[in-house]
Amino acid sequence: MAKEFIKGNEAIGKAAILAGLDCYFGYPITPQSELPEYLAAEMPKVGKTFLQAESEVAAINMVYGAAGTGIRVMTSSSSPGVSLKLEGISYIAGAELPCVVVNVQRGGPGLGNIAPEQGDYFQATKGGGHGNYRLIVLAPDSGQEMADFTMLAFDLAEKYRNPVMLLADGYLGQMKEAVEFKKPERKTPANDWTIGNKLGKANVITSIDIEPEKLEKHNLNLLAKYNKIKENEVRFEEFMTDDCELFVVAYGITSRVVRSAVELAREKGIKVGMLRPQTLFPFPKDIINKLSEKTKKVLVCELSTGQMVEDVQLSSAPGTDVYFYGRCGGMVPTDIELVEQIEKILEGKGEIFK
Amino acid sequence: MKTVYERPKCLKDRHFHYCPGCGHGVIHKLIAEIIDELGIQDRTVGVAPVGCAVFAYWYYDVDFSQAAHGRAPAVATGIKRAKPDSIVFSYQGDGDLAAIGTAEIIHAANRGENITVIFVNNAIYGMTGGQMAPTTLVGQKASTAPYGRNPENEGYPIKVCELLSTLRGTTYLERTAITTPGSIIQTKKAIKKAFQNQLDGKGFSLVEVLSQCPTNWGMKPTDGTKFIKEQMMPVFPLGVYKDLSDEKGGSK
Repeated sequence: MAKEFIKGNEAIGKAAILAGLDCYFGYPITPQSELPEYLAAEMPKVGKTFLQAESEVAAINMVYGAAGTGIRVMTSSSSPGVSLKLEGISYIAGAELPCVVVNVQRGGPGLGNIAPEQGDYFQATKGGGHGNYRLIVLAPDSGQEMADFTMLAFDLAEKYRNPVMLLADGYLGQMKEAVEFKKPERKTPANDWTIGNKLGKANVITSIDIEPEKLEKHNLNLLAKYNKIKENEVRFEEFMTDDCELFVVAYGITSRVVRSAVELAREKGIKVGMLRPQTLFPFPKDIINKLSEKTKKVLVCELSTGQMVEDVQLSSAPGTDVYFYGRCGGMVPTDIELVEQIEKILEGKGEIFK
Repeated sequence: MKTVYERPKCLKDRHFHYCPGCGHGVIHKLIAEIIDELGIQDRTVGVAPVGCAVFAYWYYDVDFSQAAHGRAPAVATGIKRAKPDSIVFSYQGDGDLAAIGTAEIIHAANRGENITVIFVNNAIYGMTGGQMAPTTLVGQKASTAPYGRNPENEGYPIKVCELLSTLRGTTYLERTAITTPGSIIQTKKAIKKAFQNQLDGKGFSLVEVLSQCPTNWGMKPTDGTKFIKEQMMPVFPLGVYKDLSDEKGGSK
């Protein structure tokens, strides 16, 4: 099939429409605005709903309302806007509704800037909003995966009746790459729990349980679901890890630089590989444990001051030295910079992440 | 034997959890009667607020979605846009609609969303225990305004019908009360019209009902209606604030 040269943000929009997106609700924010702009133009052509909400808060609550009817619904934003959506995301997770939330991350904290960063890892993977909930978090590394993971996100959301976050960054959103759009096949999900479908019985979408016994049980049911997700949905890519003496863990745009750095290091005869999580929740801890057992040395690279690195520390085999190299605020390491870090570690001069 | 009165079909046989003298039970029943009369039980979706009516869905035998505090108009928008054939109504109190949810109600109204909003104004926060509401009267005491609402510190009560009537997107706005059998009948007429407008695709309708909260007003249940008549009505005059029902076509 022919490839299309397309911006990452637009690739998400096109993939979402192909996946059967029924409604999109969002609010403009850089660097993701090409996505709502694309959908504003394209959704009416296929008879679907695009609505620019008055705020991120309203947008995510529109998503909540629409998701309760069992249709395919999405919202998108960038870091500060996602913070505003957390209230609604918690309700959606609590009420067990399927939807897709896109975060094209930018610099933070606060207003930060509009350059790419990966400072929202904690927010995405550890809940962010209130209560015991988890998002399934997908981390694309390219225009191709922006499209593929968007389609996957809708399937996973329906399979588990859980919000799925596509965690991208400003680079992936703004970059143009060649993308092949697959033809997704949607399994018709059960809708016996939905509202607005004249099912002949009254259903309720809610996240409230006033009785402690019932709310505890609900939370334990959610936990069981999250454990099932951990068992079934871990996704990652290994790159040159077979004989490596050190491996780098990186996701998203950072993994693209790490890939180059690994190749550059290999040219110098340094045996280094990369482990790239494609799902951040569930986190690929088993493979990290297995690889670190062998190497005893792991370098984590992120566009942050150190967030995913904590999960790598928790996942690594006992006695593993976990190193960290991060840039943030819109700064991105070069491959040469990373090779220097790798050499430093192998020379015993690296600093272990505290 | 002729049946002259019975429980509305879409109202479940369950005791209301509301306090003595509270207005919610009356308003709930009116809505249930209207859903029955319009024959829309199978396509009605209610949106419950945060507030005393948070468990409204305990009582209705229709689909319901519980909303976060103030977000009911956004949730209703999502449902209506996803399922345009549904008849969607939100049921909101004054804290929910006129404080934390101000943006959501103004923009849903401004878009002319084809939904029905029942706005219960009792000038106080009920569920959380009598704190000051955006509609609390000047001088009225609340647990967070123990010396009475002071406009210099807390501003004046918000008049929702008046505010929304300036928006071009709104179709029908009326303020009613439930202090007498006559005003209850008028409230039912207004709410029925607000539902009928949605059925006819005429856009955004809101009925503001002045309602009693004697528990948090610190008075006997029997004094509630008196407070509405003497204190609330001068600030919140009853009446139709906007009605384009006959002018708007069924385009939505």
